[in-house]
Amino acid sequence: MSVLIFIDSADGHVKKSSFEALTYGAQLAKQLGTAAEAVLLGTVADDVAALGKYGVTKIHHVANETLNHVDAQLYTKAIADVATASGATVIVLSHNLTGKAVAPRLSARLKAGLVAGAVGLPNTAGGFVVKKGVFSSKAFAHMNVNTAMKIISISPNSFQTVAGEGTAEVVAAQVTVDSPKVKITATNKVTGQVPLSEAELVVSGGRGLKGPENWGMVEELAGLIGAATACSRAVADAHWRPHHEHVGQTGGSIAPNLYLAIGISGAIQHLAGVNRSKVIVVINKDPEAPFFKAADYGIVGDAFDVVPKMIAEVKKLKGVA
Amino acid sequence: MKILVCISKTPDTTAKIAFADNNTKFVQEGVQWIINPYDEWYALVRAIELKEKDPSTIIHLITVGAADTEPIIRKALALGGDEAIRVNADSHDSFYIASQIAEIAKQGGYDLIFTGKETIDYNGSSIGGMVAELLDQPYVSLATKFELNGTTATINREIEGGEETCEVNVPVVVSCQKGMAEQRIPNMKGIMGARTKPLKVAEPVAVDALTSVASFELPPAKAGVKLVDAENVGELVRLLHEEAKVI
Ligand SMILES: Cc1cc2nc3c(=O)[nH]c(=O)nc-3n(C[C@H](O)[C@H](O)[C@H](O)COP(=O)(O)OP(=O)(O)OC[C@H]3O[C@@H](n4cnc5c(N)ncnc54)[C@H](O)[C@@H]3O)c2cc1C
Repeated sequence: MSVLIFIDSADGHVKKSSFEALTYGAQLAKQLGTAAEAVLLGTVADDVAALGKYGVTKIHHVANETLNHVDAQLYTKAIADVATASGATVIVLSHNLTGKAVAPRLSARLKAGLVAGAVGLPNTAGGFVVKKGVFSSKAFAHMNVNTAMKIISISPNSFQTVAGEGTAEVVAAQVTVDSPKVKITATNKVTGQVPLSEAELVVSGGRGLKGPENWGMVEELAGLIGAATACSRAVADAHWRPHHEHVGQTGGSIAPNLYLAIGISGAIQHLAGVNRSKVIVVINKDPEAPFFKAADYGIVGDAFDVVPKMIAEVKKLKGVA
Repeated sequence: MKILVCISKTPDTTAKIAFADNNTKFVQEGVQWIINPYDEWYALVRAIELKEKDPSTIIHLITVGAADTEPIIRKALALGGDEAIRVNADSHDSFYIASQIAEIAKQGGYDLIFTGKETIDYNGSSIGGMVAELLDQPYVSLATKFELNGTTATINREIEGGEETCEVNVPVVVSCQKGMAEQRIPNMKGIMGARTKPLKVAEPVAVDALTSVASFELPPAKAGVKLVDAENVGELVRLLHEEAKVI
């Protein structure tokens, strides 16, 4: 009996969402009085043993380069094999893009109940109940997991990473890896930018910004505070910004520490994707904009006046010219 | 080419979310039901586009639900598709639903199975992956583009911070999101035609659900917004730095 945490990586580096998963899994193992172990697929440049600082004692490493790309079928088999061999009873993943590809397959393969998008540790007093977001963040459900083997994928940015001391024992896992049926032919990544799903700070723009040519100030402000950029559906539909920036009920669902909304009305469908943000700041010239009801801080004003001033103030704060 | 499109019934995006019976039941009174937007706008419309290109394509729609899901499936048929299958069962959990879909898929011999990226009520993003595993087929999740060349599909899928392009031979299961297609409005001809398209009812296979809802909970209300004067932007920056401690 142990908790097995899947460590997700890309381009040779372990993802931040995996630090959250490791912390979550380690705390869950402590709660269950069992060991926290992890599984890493593919080769990475990072110091694997050092991931022990998040509380895992052992890392099963399948150092096969075929696994440097996510293939749902191969990943599922590898993780399931390691889980079975190591006697895991709970598997923890991030509910990120890899988790969405792999966790449901694992659930069907192992006949293990899956809670997708968990936001807290399970309640294990008399059962195994995990809280997750439902109705696009408008509510939560407490889910009973009714199987011996359990799978939890945790919502990114909903669990605080805790790093302590310690190194993990890294063991080579004996897993056969078939050749992939899905062949990757091209990768197109925006480099040097924080991916939206992992971003702690997000600056987002709506139709109030009038046109794509006005995004310079949004990007400048985001760059200054180290934020990712996002947008409303109206903006993505108008092709002012790329689709992957679209947040809301029918776009990405995010939970950053700061969501700064500029010229976005705050339609219910937009709020559904962002209302788990810890702090919401709204800049809108209409005092009646619904977004103010969901906000923590706000300025009623013209974005073209307020945002440049904000840039100047942040520069002052950060001591940049 | 034979395509199976998974269709789910969900509350309208503006539906009031409330619970009864000690927070164990979603209150359905006054709720408008729609086709899950991802299923409709992306999965179904892309399948229809493929059929427009190659008229020999056959599109079947599937939903797992009680008789009250029929208006939704007719609405989907009004957009396109040759026939629909309803597995006559109350939905239990994702695994239960996926098992029913996989069972129908096994009998139907489909080349492509399309799902939406997730439903807007349970937000699991799980059905496609589970169906793929149950059928032992490859799964491409969160696709933003789908092209077919003979029996080879070229698919773009979202990865953290970008996209990747991949090639896979059918059969394959694909979950669809924005980019795949553009939303369509059904026309009169489609609506009339949908009335006579076959809607078959299949009985479910016996499967145990792996999870169940213990209870629901609404998020706590926000305390209220702190407004800062537009002439005093420095104060907002100070509050974000010192009080909220986010910058
Ligand atoms: C089924 C369905 C799903 C949907 N899913 C999503 C979704 O996932 N995400 C999403 O975002 N939307 C979604 N929508 C659309 C949503 O209802 C809104 O139409 C959309 O969010 C509006 O975008 P917006 O706020 O940018 O634009 P608008 O509603 O046009 O609002 C612009 C705002 O900018 C303000 N403004 C104008 N000029 C200025 C200025 N100079 N300075 C400051 N403020 C200014 C205005 O006061 C206004 O509040 C969905 C709709 C439906 C029906």
